[in-house]
This record gives sequence, structure tokens and C-alpha cells, in this order.
Amino acid sequence: MAREKSSKDNAQALFNSLRSAYAVTPVNLKIIDLYVGFAVFTALIQVVYMATVGSFPFNSFLSGVLSCVGTAVLAVCLRIQVNKENKEFKDLPPERAFADFVLCNLVLHLVIMNFLG
Amino acid sequence: MARSLAGFLVLLLVVSICEAASLFQPVSDSHRSAALELFTPDHGSFKSLEETYEALRTFQIFGIEKKPDVTASACRSISETVGSSTSTSKDLFYALKANSIAECKIHETASKGIISSLNAAVSAASSLLDFYYSVGGLVLIKDQSSKDDIHLADAEGVFRSVKAFSQSDGRWRYSSSNPESSAFAAGIALETLAGIVSLASSELDQSLISTLKNDISKLFDSIEKYDDGTLYFDDKLVDGYEYQGPLSITSSVLRGLTAFAAVTTGNIDLPRDKILGLAKFFLGIGVPGDAKDFFYQIDALACLESNRVSIPLILSLSSAVLSLTKKDSLKVRVTTVLGSNAPPLTVKLVGAFSSVSKDASLVESQELKFDQGSGLHILNDLLKSIDVGSYTFVFEVVLQEPEDEKVYVMGSQTKVPIFVTGLVKIENSEIAVLDSDLGSVESQNKLDLTAKNDVSLSANHLQKMRLSFQLTTPRGRAFRPHQAFLKLRHESKVEHIFVVGNSGKQFEIVLNFLGLVEKFFYLSGKYDMELTVGDAAMENSLLVAIGYIELDLPEAPEKAPRPPPQPVDPYSRYGPQAEITHIFRAPEKRPPQELSLAFLGLTILPLLGFFIGLLRLGVNMKNFPTKPIPATFAVLFHVGIGAVLLLYVFFWLKLDLFQTLKVLGFLGVFLVFVGHRILSHLAAASAKLKSA
Repeated sequence: MAREKSSKDNAQALFNSLRSAYAVTPVNLKIIDLYVGFAVFTALIQVVYMATVGSFPFNSFLSGVLSCVGTAVLAVCLRIQVNKENKEFKDLPPERAFADFVLCNLVLHLVIMNFLG
Repeated sequence: MARSLAGFLVLLLVVSICEAASLFQPVSDSHRSAALELFTPDHGSFKSLEETYEALRTFQIFGIEKKPDVTASACRSISETVGSSTSTSKDLFYALKANSIAECKIHETASKGIISSLNAAVSAASSLLDFYYSVGGLVLIKDQSSKDDIHLADAEGVFRSVKAFSQSDGRWRYSSSNPESSAFAAGIALETLAGIVSLASSELDQSLISTLKNDISKLFDSIEKYDDGTLYFDDKLVDGYEYQGPLSITSSVLRGLTAFAAVTTGNIDLPRDKILGLAKFFLGIGVPGDAKDFFYQIDALACLESNRVSIPLILSLSSAVLSLTKKDSLKVRVTTVLGSNAPPLTVKLVGAFSSVSKDASLVESQELKFDQGSGLHILNDLLKSIDVGSYTFVFEVVLQEPEDEKVYVMGSQTKVPIFVTGLVKIENSEIAVLDSDLGSVESQNKLDLTAKNDVSLSANHLQKMRLSFQLTTPRGRAFRPHQAFLKLRHESKVEHIFVVGNSGKQFEIVLNFLGLVEKFFYLSGKYDMELTVGDAAMENSLLVAIGYIELDLPEAPEKAPRPPPQPVDPYSRYGPQAEITHIFRAPEKRPPQELSLAFLGLTILPLLGFFIGLLRLGVNMKNFPTKPIPATFAVLFHVGIGAVLLLYVFFWLKLDLFQTLKVLGFLGVFLVFVGHRILSHLAAASAKLKSA
């Protein structure tokens, strides 16, 4: 009983500390995180749909899921490159990273649209 | 041991009978009409002088009148060849040969020219054919022109040069350089030597002639034979000259032999039945379909017709089938090979042997009566003692004048296959259904096998069916036909055939259905019955329907064999085929539309969540450039991205990849340009801000 209470307290303490740590991240990074979350959620909803009705146009399912996953991955790359605390990309202007992000997304979506059928 | 020896002797006798029993017919009217058909000139003339000669000679032998246009064109080509100075001795030879029949006039100067060129050719000759053409030409021109003083300068020398080509086995070579020898060349050589003898101014050395006679005997030793008594000459396949074939080789030898016999005195010692064998060879061919083969056959037969060695006589029958019902009499004719009359002779029937009693003759030896008007030897009352069947009749011909024995040759005995036919009586025919074990008759019907019958019987598998009848020959003896079959045909066209066996005159077949159930494939129902009795000697062979029998057979067990499939009409495959129904792949089950739309709504939710989150984060547009140029670029940048996304929507809805890529190319370039401008402007602005 005491252990449970303590584990619960521990979890809550961990959660609070994470929350406060996250609050100090810059806004642009938060925007990117939100975007990633949005993409992943969309993918999840598509998977649930496929689980419900069956995978008949499998190519459509794949293209939908991969679009979400792909754009999430590109957003994560953008976040890495834009993050000022990341020493590796110190010399890379964030506008350049954003331009790469936009270009890669456009190419990804061309391929997705072709595969959508 | 004794049995096998006796059997061997019987076999030998059978073989000797079978060997020589065949029918040869002399030349007939069908030959004559075939000659007219085969030797048709092309617009009145033939292709070469050789063919002209062959056609004219054939017509001459048959006594066909010369057509004026044929003779005229022949004369034209003959005079052309004769007048030209470039004609070879071969051309002159054939021209003169054709002229011997066509009888065109040759000019004095032309004939002088021919004689001198042929004499020159004789002196210059080096091969057998050179000698043949030049000497042959000289012989012909001597006959045709009025001169008497055409002689060979050195006849003996020329004789020896030709003789030099001979070989020890009687064959000749074509030239000293060619080692291949042939009988065809031997025939040519004999003709040439005969020509030399006739052209010689003085008598030749007799030793030369006698050695030549020896050569002829040796040549005839190599004669080949067929089983039916025909003899012929053949050569090995040689490469130098074309292989001639037994017909032309034998014809050439015969021509040479008769030409030589005509110019020499004294006899040529040859076994006389060899000449008869050669005659049978030429007559056994029938009517050849090729003009050259026809000429060889007819020319050889003309040589045989009148020659100094021996003239063969042929015994023939107008018909080899005698009918007892028509009371045919045996009619035999003896003629020469070309069909002319034979000298006075008597024909005796020595014996008649059937296939059953091969060594006992069924008739005694008797003479046939000669009818002067028709030229036939007739025997009338022969058939009183002979029954139907196939026999071998043996004839003997005896010449009445003893001097004719030296001139003509007739085989010792001539065996001819004869077939006697007649009406076979069918009596006491009846069909019955019997109970199996006891054999008691349940139903019985009398049949009349000369007409169609309509008997209807019924039986089950425990019963038997019996069909019986009697066959008697016209002479009252038992007769065993080649075919005696009973056929049962089911409604489904399945047939079963049974052989009707006999003991003496009585023919009987018993079908025990108990044992036949499996053979009939357990098929019950109506079976049509048909009886076939046939033989070549029966004039009244029959195939008659008896009626039908209704058979009741038990059910087929599981493993019983199925009846064989009946043959399908082979033309039915050209009719319409069975219809094919296509089975398309069943379309996938789609979810109901409402569910899909619901999920479409659900997918929009995260987007809304994104926007709400952005608002919560305090997103603003403060960094949007205010100055006009960067502002334009910024706007254009966003417009560009929007345009690309719109293009993608169109791509999904309507466009294809190539159109999309084309537009994307333009948009992409624009976007890169604009994006670069605005982003570099933003980068510069933030760098200024950082440094400041």
C-alpha cells in the first residue's frame, strides 16, 4: 500500500518534472512537436480504419500511413537541425533547414500521390 | 523325322507351284491407246531427234499410221541435222534412225558429207559410245542411200578396238579410263559389233565371232530373276554415267543380242527358257506410264517378236475366274509377245491342283479343242468335276511342226492360277433361345437367310441363344467360307462380333449369356442381330439382318468395365462449341459508405487539434516581412507551395504523372527562386538581429 502510493507519487513527480522541463523549450520547437504529434495521430486513425474494414486498397493505406510517417520523420529532422542546443548543426541556418524540409515534403507527397491510386 | 521330311517335301512342292503360278498377258489394245496418249508431239514435233525416233518406232510397231504433220516436222529436223556440218555423230545417228522410219529423202551431197564425217568419227573414236554412234550411223546410211560401197576401212581393227572394252564377266566398259562396267554397255557393244560385221567388206576372222559368243553366254550367266519366273539384267549403281534401271538395261542387252544374231551364221548357244524369262519380264510390267519406259518395253518386245535366237510364245487366258452358274468354259490363247498368231500347236491341261490337295490332280490330262475362228483353245466340260475354290491349272504346249521347235520357245509347263466361283446353298437356318442347363428350347424361329428377317426374341442372362445353318457347295460338298460372323449391336451402338464355327456342313454358334454378361458391359436392352457369310468363291455372299433380341442382364457392379466410348462424328468439332461462362473475380467487400465518411471526419480531427494547439502556443505572424519586396516574395512563396499542393490534388484526381512532372518542373523552379529569396532575406534579418 505504501509502495503503491510511493510509485504513484514517483510517477506524478516524474510527469511534473518533465512538464516543467518541456515548458522552457522554444516555441518554434513546440510547433514542430505539435506537428509531429498531429502526423502520428493521423496515422493511427488510418491504421484503426484499416483494422476495421480490411486492407482492400492496400496501396492507398500504405501511401496514407507512409505520408504521415514520412512527414513526421522530416519534421523530426527539422527539429534536430533547428534546435539551438544541438552543437552539430551550429553553422546551419534554420531557414536552410526549413527549405530542405519543404522540398523533401514536396517530393514525399508527389510519391505518395502517385501511390495513392 | 520322317514327318518333318515329308512336310519339307510338300513345302518344296508348294513353293515350286507358288513360284511359277502367274498370269502374263501379251500386248493388248490398252497398250496401243496408251502409246497414242504418251507420245503426243508438242505442236507436231518432239523435243529431240531421239524422242522423235522413239515415237516413230513405237507407232511403227503398233501399226499406227504416220500423221503427216509429225512426219513433216520430223523430216525438217532430220534434214537440218543432216545438212549441218557441226552435227556430232550422236545427232547424225538419231537423225538417221528416225529417218529409217520417216523415210525422208536425203540429198546426195548431204549423204556424202555424212559418210565422210562418220568414217572420220570411226577412226577418231576412243570410247564405246563414239564407236556406237559412228558405226550405227554408217549402217543406217548404207540402208537408206542407194550406194552399195559403204564399207569400214579396217573392220577387224575396229572390231578389236571395241572388243578391248569387254570384261571377263561378259560386261563392257564405256571407255578405257572408266573402270565401271555395265550390262547396258554390253548391249550397246553387241549392237556396234553387229554393225561392224555387216559393214565389213570381207569375212571377219571366225575366232573373233566365237569369242564374242562366249562373252554373250557369260553375260547371260549373270542374269537375275524374280520369283515368278521373270529374268532381267541389272547393274550396280555407278557414278560415272546415270544408272539406267533394269528395264532399259535388259532392253539394251536384248537389242544387242538380236542385232548380233541377225548378222552371224550359226547358233548362239543360249538356254532357251532365258529368252522366255526375258519376255515375261517385259510383259509383266503392264502398261508403263512414262514414254521412255514404254519405248524400252515395246522395242524389246519387237526384238523378241522376230529374232534369230528363239521367239517366245505366251500362254494367256482371257479370264482367270470361271463361274459354275454361268457354265463358263476354259479359254486359252497362245500368241507371240506382240499378240500375233502362233504356229500350229496343241494345248494340254496336264493337271489342276487345289490349295488343299496340292499333289493330287483333280482332273485327268486332256487336250483343249482349237477353234480356228477365234484362235482360242477351249475346254468345255471341265467344270463338271470341279467345285468352287482357287486352283492352279498346269498347261503344256506342244508344237505340231518339229521344225518350229528350233524357232520358237515355249516353257515346259505353264502354271496359271484359276478361281472358280459358284452359288453356295444355305439351308436349315434357324435361331432358338434355350434354357441354360437343361438345353430345352424356349422359343425357336426358322430363318430365310436370303431375305431380311424380322425375328424378335427375348432372353435373360440365364439362357442361351443358338443360331445354326448349313452351307453346301454346288457339287454337294461342305464349304468353309472366309467370313462367317454374327454381330450383335446394342441400342447405344456398342457392337459385339462372334465367329460362327462349323463341323462339316453344319454351322452353329451358341451364345451363353451367363458367360457373356461382362463382355456385354451389363447393358440390357434391344440388340440387333446381323449375320455375315462371305467368301471370294461365293457368288451369293450375304450380309443379312436377322432381327433383334431383347436381353435382360443384371445390374453392373461398381467395378465393372464401362462400355467403350462410341466414335464421335469427326465433323462435329467444326460445329458450335460449348458456351464458356466467364467468372469474374468477385469484387472486394467495401465498407459501408457511412463508416468511411465517419473515418474521414475522424482524420480531420488531428488537423483541428494541430490548429488549436498552435493557437494555444501563441503563434503569430510578427515575423512576416513588412517591406513590399520581401512581402511579395513571402506571399509568392506561400502561393507556390499552395500551388504545388493543389497540383498534387489534381494529379490524384485527373492528371497523369508526366503532365504533373511537367507542371511541377515549372512550379518547382519558381518556388526555388522565390523561396531562396525570402529565406535568404529572413536569414539575413535574423543574422543582423543576432549581431545587433
